[in-house]
Amino acid sequence: MRPLDPRLLRYARSTRGFLILAVGLGAVIAALVILQARLLSSVIVEVAQGRADLASVGAALLALAGVIAARALVSWIAEAAAYRTSARAKEELRDATLAHVLALGPAGPAGRDPGAIATVITRGVDALDAYYARYLPQLILAVIVPVAVLLTVAGQDILSAVIIAVTLPLIPVFMILIGLYTRARVDRQWETLSRLSGHFLDLVAGLPTLKILGRARLQAQAIRAIGERYRTTTMGVLRITFLSSFALELLASLSVALVAVTIGVRLVEGQVDFSTALFVLVLAPEAYLPIRLVGQHFHAAAEGLGAAQQVFEYLDETPPVPGGAVPPPAGCVVFVEDVGVTYAGRSLPALLPSSLAVLPGSIVALVGPSGCGKSTLLSVLLGFVAPSCGRVRLAPSHGAGDLEAVDLEIGDPAAVDPAAVDLGAVDLRAWRATIGWVPQSPMLLSPDTPAPTVVEAVRLGDPRADLETVRRALSDAGVLEEIEALPRGLDTVLAEDGAGLSAGQRRRVALARALVRQPAILLLDEPTAALDGATEGAVIECLLRERARGAAVVVVAHRPAIVEIADTVVRVGAQPAATGAPAGQEPTSDRELTTAESLAQAATRGTLTGSDF
Amino acid sequence: MARVASRSGVRRLWAAMRPERGRLAFAALLGFIAAASTVALMGTSGWLISRAAEMPPVLALSVAAVLVRAFALSRSFFRYVERIVGHDAAFRGLTGLRVAVYERLDVLAPVGLARFSRGDLLARLVADVDAAMDLPLRVVLPWAQAALVSVGTVVFMAWLIPGAGAVVGLALLAGLVAVPWVVARIAARAEARIAPMRGQVSGAVVADLDGCAELLAFGAVDASVAHVRTLDRELTAVARREAAGLGLGVGVSVLVQGAAVIGSLLVAIPAVTSGRLAPVWLAVAALVPLAAYDVIASLPNSALAYQRVRAAAGRLDDVLDAQPPVEDPPRPRPLPERAATLECRDLVARWDPSGPPTLRGVGFAVGPGERVAVVGPSGSGKSTLAAVLLAFLSYDDGVAELEGVPISELAGDDVRRRVCLLTQSAHVFDTTLRDNLRLGKPDADDGELVAILDRVRLGGWLASLPDGLGTELGPRGSTLSGGERQRLALARLLLADRPVVVLDEPTEHLDPLTADAVTADLLQATEGRATVYITHRLSGIERVDRIYVLDAGRVQAVGTHEALLSRGGWYADRWQEERDRVS
Repeated sequence: MRPLDPRLLRYARSTRGFLILAVGLGAVIAALVILQARLLSSVIVEVAQGRADLASVGAALLALAGVIAARALVSWIAEAAAYRTSARAKEELRDATLAHVLALGPAGPAGRDPGAIATVITRGVDALDAYYARYLPQLILAVIVPVAVLLTVAGQDILSAVIIAVTLPLIPVFMILIGLYTRARVDRQWETLSRLSGHFLDLVAGLPTLKILGRARLQAQAIRAIGERYRTTTMGVLRITFLSSFALELLASLSVALVAVTIGVRLVEGQVDFSTALFVLVLAPEAYLPIRLVGQHFHAAAEGLGAAQQVFEYLDETPPVPGGAVPPPAGCVVFVEDVGVTYAGRSLPALLPSSLAVLPGSIVALVGPSGCGKSTLLSVLLGFVAPSCGRVRLAPSHGAGDLEAVDLEIGDPAAVDPAAVDLGAVDLRAWRATIGWVPQSPMLLSPDTPAPTVVEAVRLGDPRADLETVRRALSDAGVLEEIEALPRGLDTVLAEDGAGLSAGQRRRVALARALVRQPAILLLDEPTAALDGATEGAVIECLLRERARGAAVVVVAHRPAIVEIADTVVRVGAQPAATGAPAGQEPTSDRELTTAESLAQAATRGTLTGSDF
Repeated sequence: MARVASRSGVRRLWAAMRPERGRLAFAALLGFIAAASTVALMGTSGWLISRAAEMPPVLALSVAAVLVRAFALSRSFFRYVERIVGHDAAFRGLTGLRVAVYERLDVLAPVGLARFSRGDLLARLVADVDAAMDLPLRVVLPWAQAALVSVGTVVFMAWLIPGAGAVVGLALLAGLVAVPWVVARIAARAEARIAPMRGQVSGAVVADLDGCAELLAFGAVDASVAHVRTLDRELTAVARREAAGLGLGVGVSVLVQGAAVIGSLLVAIPAVTSGRLAPVWLAVAALVPLAAYDVIASLPNSALAYQRVRAAAGRLDDVLDAQPPVEDPPRPRPLPERAATLECRDLVARWDPSGPPTLRGVGFAVGPGERVAVVGPSGSGKSTLAAVLLAFLSYDDGVAELEGVPISELAGDDVRRRVCLLTQSAHVFDTTLRDNLRLGKPDADDGELVAILDRVRLGGWLASLPDGLGTELGPRGSTLSGGERQRLALARLLLADRPVVVLDEPTEHLDPLTADAVTADLLQATEGRATVYITHRLSGIERVDRIYVLDAGRVQAVGTHEALLSRGGWYADRWQEERDRVS
């Protein structure tokens, strides 16, 4: 572990100023430590040699008290500054991480384990307090103070300075040597150790299973046995790792002893005077103290740096779809060409290669058994997930000419529309601005408040929408009357768990949120699940209106009612599944089409709706 | 171990460490010798220099010179041994605590631990148990050593000059008690002010992460990050205001140390000038309190460590002090031979002891070789029924009988010798495939294990494994797919060979295709045993002998698949709905 991760300076900029301050304060503390030793030894010498009494050293004692007070004050300032810096640095880390993780999208860490991120960037980075307040300043003192003490002692007594100068560098040298010598042994035991330490958690997590099998009580003995093995193995490691602090302590105390004895002998011989001797003796331990304290604070620091390390791992992740600067073509045709998705570390694909074309003014229904990748396909279109194979291209719409374009694409893949761009190169922010998305289980939220009202939730679609526009969107989604019938109407507050509205109402509010932005492309994931016949009809009406307006509608559908209004029905991942799914499990519908047929049908539909442009 | 179970808070942790008190006392003694050597090293060195200044014959210094070197050596040597002995004792204590906690969890599991079934909460629980190590290592031992050294220092100073003993004693007392107490209090108060703000920020962060997809799709990431930033600025402002208090620790320690040294000098200087104290002792009077205070300067950290230990102990209390969901009868009745019939009449039971009943008079029966299903919407009481049948949960009223003997009069382990359960979350242990399977039947040979894997259709999977039965399955069975995991759990149950099998939503986490395949195989593999299949997915249950439809804790309907379909109601609706979704 590096004592100061350069990434900490990059992401937590307030660390830089603090480092400068800490160096400055460290220098002051070093000066005060030396001054304190000087005053203390001179008071003792004057009195012991009978040259002064309490009254005549009064001034010196007062000065000593002043120096001690100043030391206390500077220590206080340094530590308070450390806590202030730590608070700011944590905020900077949280801010950078949250922005980055959100930009990575639902396929990134935010989707994998939101709880872990939240824990790391809130409670986890709190461990940085100890790093800033104790470890980092002590690290700086451990460089400044020994050097300052050494120089001062050298000015007083060369032999003592030599003793300190020889032993001080020995400390890191010995620690490195012991570290190198023991690393192989420690590494060998480390694997056993981490295995053993996970064992208790494994047994506790498996308790219900053990109880069912009647093996729970027997495991108490296993815990004892494993605990014993854990102890002996750990102690084997600790016996070695404690050696380095043993070497540190030994060097520090032996050199103080050496300084005391040699200077004492020379004092008898009259080679040095009492005042110098005592000054050097008081000062010598101060050279080693900061180094010993660094070791003491190492644990607390490691915890904080560990959390920071975790944060940096998130920050180092790159978005699945990098996006580019190319503006998406207005009112475009979307070509999905053999797009398949297999998530890293999974053996089975989440989406088998699928192809379809999405034209303005048409409805494409995606069908297929659960788990075949329909929602994944929508995620690809949203730029959340990168295709593992195939590509998504956006071509400008030529109105009625779209038909020919589609024909060309199907007939000859080489005949690429020169104006078509790959989704990976498009400015994703601008692209998403043209999309209205209704996910399978919508979250109704607002960036400004944890518990938004219905109006605020719809305004996520378009923050500038006025109340009338919001009402119209809700009305178009077929939910306005039901919302207005609630006691607080449009101001009904949506709690985090969605209390306040039924599942069907939430779905339609989410639809209104998508409509309010007048999207060129509507992506809907089972918009009529949990709706009864009448409300389903309202949603279908809405989709038909959107098609008439010229929107391209892609809808994941289970219900026949939606499949019936679709211009194209695409069976996602229609190839036989590699797992050998039981045959005949999926009833086939007469509207089911192969990919090629669906593209041809999309083209036909294009002629019908092309006139809308 | 009973002592560990009956205590609460930090006392519980200490009770676990008590058997190690001999070793801990030895460690404290070693630590005391090490710390005393530090003080003695400085004191002797001061005396040596002061005596040398009087220019005696060199021989007069030889004893002091030897002592100085001896103290230097003994300080590091005893510190090293102390750390070894202390850690050894703490690890021994930890093992004892783990066993005691495990035995308590065994009584509570699984119903009493349902709240903690999430992986991170369990990991937190285990980390809290491990935090008990800090109690001896970072709290008790440092304090014991500091107290012993302080007593020694005060006695020595009082022998030197009584007044200095008093002054130094006061300063050390402040360092032992007052300073750590103040530091801990300030930290606790700052935490109390910061915690609600941190909660707010953390809530906003979690909400943003949960809504990540929507925020991104609707271009609201910047706005929501800005909102969190506003909250975070407030948190930072509060934290920065508290910084002045939190930073006091070191400064106060420096002040008290200074006061001890100056106080000691104020007493010693007049004693020297008046001839009551030999001048060689003056340096000693200044350097001994200086060194002694260095020994206790780390105690504020111990106070903070104590607060952390106490918080961990409090969280443990929440889990361990819960009322057990069921207790064995004082004198359990013997288990009937060949028990393979379960019957409930007017069964009333509650999942949460303080909540409303989740079963409100259920009648239910399954006989040898019979296959019944229990279906119903979530929250209808299905899992409560399973828990009662496994003797994981006591019932309030009515009867639940195993072969005519009330389950409440049998020992829980005996009931589970006849009835077994497969849930959605069967645990795969971090060990080999062989050891995982042998939990079902410890003396099973490899041939038997291979045969059972074939039976649950894992034969092909087994063949693909690098080390066959010896393959390590990884933490929480991370190398297995959901379907493989459930089949493995079933294989384990089949090895255990219980006449009654309860399957509680065994396919809940699986995708529909896999779920259907696993359901079919589960029902086939349990053929011939009394089987209770609990599910809210109806696919695959058409051929069971009887279906109980549970709703709001009552049996709404009983019958065959055909009978229930023709009757209409929840079952028929749900069946139609599932068929619709398939297209």
